[in-house]
Amino acid sequence: MSLLELDGIQKRFGSVEALRGVTLSVEAGSVVGLVGDNGAGKSTLMKTITGIYEPDGGAIRFDGKDVTLDTPGHIRSIGIEMIYQDLALAPQQDVASNIFLGREPTKSLLGFIPGLIDRPKIVAEAEKMLQRLGARIPSVLSPVGVLSGGQQQSVAIARALTFGPKLVIMDEPTAALAVREVDHVLDLIRELKRQSIAVILISHRLTDVFAVSDRIVALRQGQIIADEQTAETSMNQVVSHIVGS
Amino acid sequence: MTTAPVATPKTRQNRFYFRVESLIVLVALCVVMSVLSPFFLTTSNILNILLATATIGVLAIGATYVIASAGLDLSLGSVLGLSAVFGAFLVDRLGMPWPFGIAGALFAGFAAGYVNGQLITRLRIPAFIVTLGMLGIARGLALVISSGQAIYGLPSELVYLGQGRPLGIPMPVIIFFAVAIVTHYILANTKYGKHTLVIGDNEQAARATGIQVERHRRSLYAFSGLMAGIAGLIFMTRVNAGDPTAGLNYELTAITAAIIGGTNLFGGRGSIFGTMIGALIMGVLQNGLNLMAVQSYYQQMAIGAVLIFAVWLDQFNRKVTER
Repeated sequence: MSLLELDGIQKRFGSVEALRGVTLSVEAGSVVGLVGDNGAGKSTLMKTITGIYEPDGGAIRFDGKDVTLDTPGHIRSIGIEMIYQDLALAPQQDVASNIFLGREPTKSLLGFIPGLIDRPKIVAEAEKMLQRLGARIPSVLSPVGVLSGGQQQSVAIARALTFGPKLVIMDEPTAALAVREVDHVLDLIRELKRQSIAVILISHRLTDVFAVSDRIVALRQGQIIADEQTAETSMNQVVSHIVGS
Repeated sequence: MTTAPVATPKTRQNRFYFRVESLIVLVALCVVMSVLSPFFLTTSNILNILLATATIGVLAIGATYVIASAGLDLSLGSVLGLSAVFGAFLVDRLGMPWPFGIAGALFAGFAAGYVNGQLITRLRIPAFIVTLGMLGIARGLALVISSGQAIYGLPSELVYLGQGRPLGIPMPVIIFFAVAIVTHYILANTKYGKHTLVIGDNEQAARATGIQVERHRRSLYAFSGLMAGIAGLIFMTRVNAGDPTAGLNYELTAITAAIIGGTNLFGGRGSIFGTMIGALIMGVLQNGLNLMAVQSYYQQMAIGAVLIFAVWLDQFNRKVTER
């Protein structure tokens, strides 16, 4: 049984058919590279998985359970994390708050006033997580908005990994990074694979995709047109899938 | 990865998340006023300032929550008026027992805010338009209910809320501080408060991390309405009447207080402690101008100018710190 199974996913925006019956499965601990031209439907497909969009047709199963219409909050709670291209960070909130966004641990004040965010715990855990990732963030108390692109990327990754996910979706995680930072992200993906965490990697940089993926799936005009083992395909072949020649 | 020392202590937020400059302005203003007028620093005058600030302060708390979530509530002043009239109407015209005066005022405020929230999040009408519409509707309704005349004569239990002075401290000031402490705690330390700021900071991020943005927004407008209801209750019991013109243009002062207290007009930042400082600045300014016998027309101008100045200062700071 696959970890994630998509069965005939359809999504329309008005008259535009963004996804026309996408069927795809992802095994636990595998890295799937998802490639395609701009507007092919990659991001729409991922946002449908994470519950931001509701599919117009088809079914999504995760760990054997139907999660087709689940909310983003519930999708996260069952172990699917997504790192967005725009990072989805709150720039005026500090690093620690961003890592625990939407899942702040709470305690009660004086034993009876509930709902207090456990700040010391958040700060300590955030520091631990960033250290594990080898990220160099000056302080977890800095607002995220003052950090560099690579540092912000680290915060987004830390948020995705803090709660022990089973599947991590990365949308263009290397697009805004310097060469050394790219290597760092690729190492991280390999590390996730070792921990048998599945990864869906969306990227325009085919060298990155070839470097870490087990399988490459090409999307064009809302349909999967190729699903190949990375070892058995070539850069030229993938490019021709993408451009459709 | 580069290790440029990006975050200086300056970029860290202080414990109370307020703007330090506003505290300096408040202190400076007090110094200037006490030099200009020998009455300024007397106990009775200070209590006067706090008393005058209580209504605006509670209103500004509502404004802070909504603005911090990148929303806007222009109906605050009108809803205050509606709440005052509705509370007085229930006890005076309909002869209900005095607790209905409290419940009625709070309910009217909450209901108006609830309607705002529903229209904004379900029909997707901009908050600016909905609350501007509610500004007209609530004021009109207050005039209809009261037939355009203040409803005088409340039971003494209610009047105590506005005019009572346990230990010499006016009741409205006690209510204001109690509300401020609770709401400060919620905004600064709870999940609800954090999510309010995150929604204002980056709505997409809030959605992606599972925060129920629409539901949260609805609750914020209802909360803001409830604050207008409390402010209406204070106003009504202080003047011992349900005046349909109560709170006219108060939204201007309340929003100004929130902004100069450090609330980001575009959302993502704000604290009730800061807003209290902002409200006190407005209170001291008005009191000082009163002591110097400046006509109230000029005070209105001064408040408007302070609002524009505070936002300009914020924009200026943003340009310097953002990159």
